[in-house]
Amino acid sequence: MLQASEISPEVIEKDLLYKEMGLTDAEYEHIKKVLNRRPNFTEAGIFSVMWSEHCSYKTSKPLLKKFPTKAPHVLQGPGEGAGIIDIGDGQAAVFKIESHNHPSAVEPYQGAATGVGGIIRDVFSMGARPVALLNSLRFGSLASERVKYLFEEVVNGIAGYGNCVGVPTVGGEVQFDNCYEGNPLVNAMCVGLIDQKDIQKGIAAGIGNTVLYAGAPTGRDGIHGATFASEDLSEESESKRPSVQVGDPFMEKLLIEACLEAIHCESLVGMQDMGAAGLTSSASEMASKAGMGMEMNLDLVPQRELEMTPYELMLSESQERMLMVVKKGEEQEIIDIFQKYGLEAVAVGQVTDDKQFRLLHKGEVVTDIPVDSLAEDAPVYHKPSKVPAYFKAYQQVDYYPEGIQNFSETLKALLQQPTIASKEWVYDQYDSMVQTNTIVTPGSDAAVIRVKGTDKALAITTDCNSRYIYLDPETGGKIAVAEAARNIVCSGGKPLALTDGLNLGNPDKPENFWQMEKSVDGMSAASLVLNTPVISGNVSLYNETNGQSIFPTPVVGMVGLLDSLNHVTPSFFQKAGDVIYVIGEAKAEFGGSELQNVLENTYFGKAPAIDLELETKRQNQLLEAIQAGTVVSAHDLAEGGLAVALAESCFAGRVGLDVQLEGDAVTELFSETQSRFLVSVSQENQQAFERIVEDAIPIGAVTDDGQFRIQINGETRIDQTTEDLKAIWKGAIPCLLKSRA
Amino acid sequence: MKFAVIVFPGSNCDRDMYHAVQDSLGEEAKLVWYEDADLVEFDAILLPGGFSYGDYLRSGAIAATSNIVNQIKQKASEGMPILGVCNGFQVLLESGLLPGAMLRNKKLKFMCHQEELVVENNQTQFTSSYEEKETISLPIAHGEGNYYCDEKVLAELEANGQIVFRYADNPNGSVGDIAGIINEQGNVLGMMPHPERATEAVLGSDDGLKLFKSVVNHWREAYVAGV
Repeated sequence: MLQASEISPEVIEKDLLYKEMGLTDAEYEHIKKVLNRRPNFTEAGIFSVMWSEHCSYKTSKPLLKKFPTKAPHVLQGPGEGAGIIDIGDGQAAVFKIESHNHPSAVEPYQGAATGVGGIIRDVFSMGARPVALLNSLRFGSLASERVKYLFEEVVNGIAGYGNCVGVPTVGGEVQFDNCYEGNPLVNAMCVGLIDQKDIQKGIAAGIGNTVLYAGAPTGRDGIHGATFASEDLSEESESKRPSVQVGDPFMEKLLIEACLEAIHCESLVGMQDMGAAGLTSSASEMASKAGMGMEMNLDLVPQRELEMTPYELMLSESQERMLMVVKKGEEQEIIDIFQKYGLEAVAVGQVTDDKQFRLLHKGEVVTDIPVDSLAEDAPVYHKPSKVPAYFKAYQQVDYYPEGIQNFSETLKALLQQPTIASKEWVYDQYDSMVQTNTIVTPGSDAAVIRVKGTDKALAITTDCNSRYIYLDPETGGKIAVAEAARNIVCSGGKPLALTDGLNLGNPDKPENFWQMEKSVDGMSAASLVLNTPVISGNVSLYNETNGQSIFPTPVVGMVGLLDSLNHVTPSFFQKAGDVIYVIGEAKAEFGGSELQNVLENTYFGKAPAIDLELETKRQNQLLEAIQAGTVVSAHDLAEGGLAVALAESCFAGRVGLDVQLEGDAVTELFSETQSRFLVSVSQENQQAFERIVEDAIPIGAVTDDGQFRIQINGETRIDQTTEDLKAIWKGAIPCLLKSRA
Repeated sequence: MKFAVIVFPGSNCDRDMYHAVQDSLGEEAKLVWYEDADLVEFDAILLPGGFSYGDYLRSGAIAATSNIVNQIKQKASEGMPILGVCNGFQVLLESGLLPGAMLRNKKLKFMCHQEELVVENNQTQFTSSYEEKETISLPIAHGEGNYYCDEKVLAELEANGQIVFRYADNPNGSVGDIAGIINEQGNVLGMMPHPERATEAVLGSDDGLKLFKSVVNHWREAYVAGV
């Protein structure tokens, strides 16, 4: 355990204590060069968190540069608390995704809760009111008691925080694969709305201006959280439990209201959340971005524990704290706002012009660092990359699932796979409706929230099929972006931009680095073609347990715009007699499919191919058809293929279907060929729809007899009641949770 | 008609309540911070949902000790219509304006979805626009909505027609399927489901609007009679 600021700079060097903080020998030498002396204990701690992967992106930076980040509708790209896009009428949507994987692995409730709290702060620190939350979750097999515990407590933690703070949790995804057994993924996305004139930035401008600390007092929780997030999980991780922060959503709710009142004060210059690396990162980044320095007196920092050292104060990741820069002499109006909400707002320092980050404690200077060396000048590594042997081998494999006789049973097996099964058990625990904007609630392709006072709405989704990315990171990266856009289009929205949550293994392994490189290449290519730039994001590396990496999981959080509420389109069939179309043809593509998981309990072979031009064409045509009012429902084809999509489309109403397909039965029913959609159209709109959507093939009709019938080549292959299928799909996750080993 | 929406620290349905009254109902609403309490100008009081004081201690318990609750009690005794929804209902229970208490949902989990309710008493100033035994759909969103009272109180509630709404399919374990109750005088209604979330068809249901309309109609009639 690292303790005591008395440890001398000499001892830090001699006993290699900097290594315990997460700094390499070369980084320590570099710090000595920057300072022209040895760093003291506090300074070494500050460098170690600021240069951790979590804060500095030192490993991923060269790759992140490849992302397209600009478009006329992008008002703020990566680099601030969250990205911002123009949604017309002087309004903007603010959003970002962030991971809280390692904390959730050791302390799932608080890990998930504080993940939600942190991403909400990123959004309201820009001045935006948080209006929606989504969560992208990955767990191991629900057969494991530990995984059940992690799953239940993560969901509980998200609910506990999100419900209390009054931001609806409107969507997300949960997938299950063995690779996440010891290292679950908890990525939280928040979307905010703002009038463009109110946009705030995290800058510390104006020499002599006051640095205000607002919100919860600082305790000893979460010390070195950013460093913890930047190393592999292991048997010892349990001892890092003190690195997990504890959340207080009530405090956050007060902080939201106080900050959103404060943004209307002329005196407010800049505002930034104290997230990873707490006071250290918020203060130094605000100063660095403004080209300024900052001096703070740590004795003035509100503290909830006695005898805190400068090291502890600077590295604490206590939650629900904000740092603000306010015009000198005009602090009181801001302080009064916080006091109304029972919150502290205390002047702790000022902006200086010497570009130094200087900290005082009990009358002594305990830190004096060139501020740019922490943020702008953090090291950047170009890690070696190597094509993994498995990839080369899988490229030679053409997998086809042999021996399927009973298609009904196969469909049922797919519907009860937890990745496909209903997630109602999860989202019923989330308040998805508070703020009264949620038009499309969880369980659909994308959530839709209206923008009050306008006819507009936002469509929001998170997506990432990590199986494809594992098999072929570049193709899988393209698919992740395309699938997110598909979901936005199905709900009636035009995809606008995305936030990326890259979750990967240890990048020091060249094969892992290659996965990251290629998945970023794929995502970049798709973002460019689909015109959905990357405007914010987060990188979580070292997602490994005892040497086993997770599948590369670059989660895509995407936001789209609906110009009119008339365009809101459900994912599910609505009315008997409507004609069912599938857009796009099936090919025998089963590598990484849910069917492969069911039959082989592993993934191998090639990921499904994707043609981005074709993808774009189909998305544009479907959106046009929706906007023309010719579409009743639209759903993308994903895990489990057409058969699963057909079943899901029947589950909302009490409808059935009669579908006739031609071709190879397994391929038609279960292939996961990309760029495909399932659409229902009323009979009177058939011609208009077909005129717009070129690749649409009519395959049958929605019925009112509650029977789910599929014929292939004239032969009935599936004939079940919708009710039975729905019961299997709906009951799967509660059933798995109840069965105790 | 002018509605006060009381805002406690941690209230989070306050703006929804405001929106429902101001935009869906077309009446005047004002957000009133619990410390700025002056309720003189208002014709009705709305206690919104949320997590007042984080629901630390017990849901609604800390808010029930605030000064504004004394004023609300005064207004209640004068006959002013008072509606508490979700956390607002919990505050009414904790402050003794309504009988009973809340337990955690029987499944011990927060739940949020549409529920069907039966209007048990349409002879109140909050429900006169509904049909008797009308089935309506309102969202619920709560972790502690399992209403409890002893048998004696339950018998009284039944006998006096104080049970205003019952769940068609009890989701949380409430005694007597109770979703909402009114005081004996008939001017204080507490309910767990959220009528303010159901005032526009675009959100899935506008069944809650009739509740607010009933209040306005009653007030208009009383006002006209008074003049």
